[in-house]
Amino acid sequence: MSDALKAPILSLILLFAVLGIWEGITPTVKDAAEMTEYELLMGGASQEARVPPPSAIAAKAVEELSDPFYDNGPNDKGIGIQVAYSVYRVLSGYFFAALVAIPLGFLIGMSPLAYKALDPFIQVLRPISPLAWMPLALFVIKDSEASAIFVIFICSIWPMLINTAFGVANVRQDWVNVARTHELSNLKTAATVILPAAAPTILTGMRISIGIAWLVIVAAEMLVGGTGVGYYVWNEWNNLDLTSVIFSILVIGVVGMLLDTIFAQVQKVVAYHE
Amino acid sequence: MNDSSDQSPLLRIQNLTRQYPSPDGDGQLTVFENANFEIKRGEFVCIIGHSGCGKSTIMNILAGLDKASDGAVIMDNQEISGPSLDRGVVFQNYSLLPWMSALNNVIFGVKARYPDWTRKQVRAHAYKHLKQVGLVDGAEHRKPAQLSGGMRQRVSIARAFAIQPKLLLLDEPFGALDALTRGTIQDQLIEVWSGSDQTVFMITHDVDEAMLLADRILLMSNGPMATVAESVVIDIPRPRNRGDIIHHPAYYETRNHLVEFLTSRSKKLALQNAGNPTPKNQLPTTVYPAKSVRSELSTEPDADPDPDQTTAEISPLSDNQQRESSVFSTSGTNNSTVQTPIRATLKASNPGAAS
Repeated sequence: MSDALKAPILSLILLFAVLGIWEGITPTVKDAAEMTEYELLMGGASQEARVPPPSAIAAKAVEELSDPFYDNGPNDKGIGIQVAYSVYRVLSGYFFAALVAIPLGFLIGMSPLAYKALDPFIQVLRPISPLAWMPLALFVIKDSEASAIFVIFICSIWPMLINTAFGVANVRQDWVNVARTHELSNLKTAATVILPAAAPTILTGMRISIGIAWLVIVAAEMLVGGTGVGYYVWNEWNNLDLTSVIFSILVIGVVGMLLDTIFAQVQKVVAYHE
Repeated sequence: MNDSSDQSPLLRIQNLTRQYPSPDGDGQLTVFENANFEIKRGEFVCIIGHSGCGKSTIMNILAGLDKASDGAVIMDNQEISGPSLDRGVVFQNYSLLPWMSALNNVIFGVKARYPDWTRKQVRAHAYKHLKQVGLVDGAEHRKPAQLSGGMRQRVSIARAFAIQPKLLLLDEPFGALDALTRGTIQDQLIEVWSGSDQTVFMITHDVDEAMLLADRILLMSNGPMATVAESVVIDIPRPRNRGDIIHHPAYYETRNHLVEFLTSRSKKLALQNAGNPTPKNQLPTTVYPAKSVRSELSTEPDADPDPDQTTAEISPLSDNQQRESSVFSTSGTNNSTVQTPIRATLKASNPGAAS
């Protein structure tokens, strides 16, 4: 067997082993319809809520994914709609963050003075949990939707800013000298030499940022409410529908992986070997 | 070689001095002081000196990448300030942009030089220069990481020639290459250069390389407080060929002179210079080491040499230390080439060179 096949097969074996054990240790709950009225009145149904078995989650997944975009009012929307809301918030917050972080990172990277002047602010603002901004954002912006986007903005700006500055500051002097001996203007040097040279580092920052943004959106939507996959998790928890909770956890994981894969592909495009 | 000697020199270096703050904090460390020399149009000048004498610093100042502490560099009657497309540079480490193909690296230079040209013109010009260094037929589409060191340096040379600078600066362009590749590229450099009226200033560590390529070799004394001590005229007619050059009567006289300078006199001069400041406005002494040979020489320049000589001892080209530690006698004698058992290095290590 080729080595390329070994890893995926091992993954599948692990998956089925875990699912099988999980399924095995979950006791089957008797269907309420099969109990007599007396049994029901005496609490014959299980007293404790149980983690549902994988089969129940699979059934739920099939049900949800077969009609992902239904909309039955504020509290009952398809998983597709919820994910779309979350992705929209992440992308818009992320987009504004990139718009600020990359030019600012260029400035900081190219000018030691700007770096020294801005460094204290970055060091103080960076470790703040994005959710700590939420009350202030809600008060200032007065709009929960925009506040969620702001929280995404503030959490995804730092890795991009720092990586851009680092990448730009560490462009090999030889390449800058090539630009100088070819009499390129500063703007042209930035566009044709520094940007492609720093692109892999910048992309690494962008990839870290999108990961963090996706982590944060779930928490932010739990607070803000209304729509989104984070709200969906919280809502199903309030409904005590653990099957849906676990299903949505899986969905969050898969969407996060897809976002990361996209950036990994872009990273490959801008990568170069010296 | 130079038929333009009556014109004003292209480049005039006047009292060039470079000092750095010394590492212990106080005072200045003078790398070189009051360097004066001139380069004529179309001339190929090499500069040789030991590490630390400031060759690369001179190169960087000429390129506009470094600033002199004192003195001036005047090109075409204008003092230079900062980098310019009039001075093309080939760096030792190639300095190709690794995310671009070889072709695009040359196009990068051509576009910078001729911003008004159409895409087609730019491409044709780039191809022409890549062809001169033999990098067509697919290799031009590869990224630098996929090219060998020699190929990368050829791309670098193509880029420099493509921008057609008034002065081409080569900073030890073959230093990182193995002896065989180096020989091939030296040949290519001569070929490209002789087809142009390009003025070249080149740093090298290799006496044989300098003698093969240069019209004139500038010798620097050891640093700190280095100076440009001598300007040695290489009186060997062109076209030169690495196989035949060693049989030329002027070859060993010149080579001995150079090696003798590098092994002993550069040190002595440094000791002499240690106490007293270098005088200003003093051009290096011009030396014609082969003058005596020249005058004795019959009208036939290609006096047939002893064929046995080519089978002399072989040693690797890059072995500078060995070369420098070997003993040569110059002592102003008139008897020329045959007595010294010198290695036929170039020819032996590069059999394919005679093209």
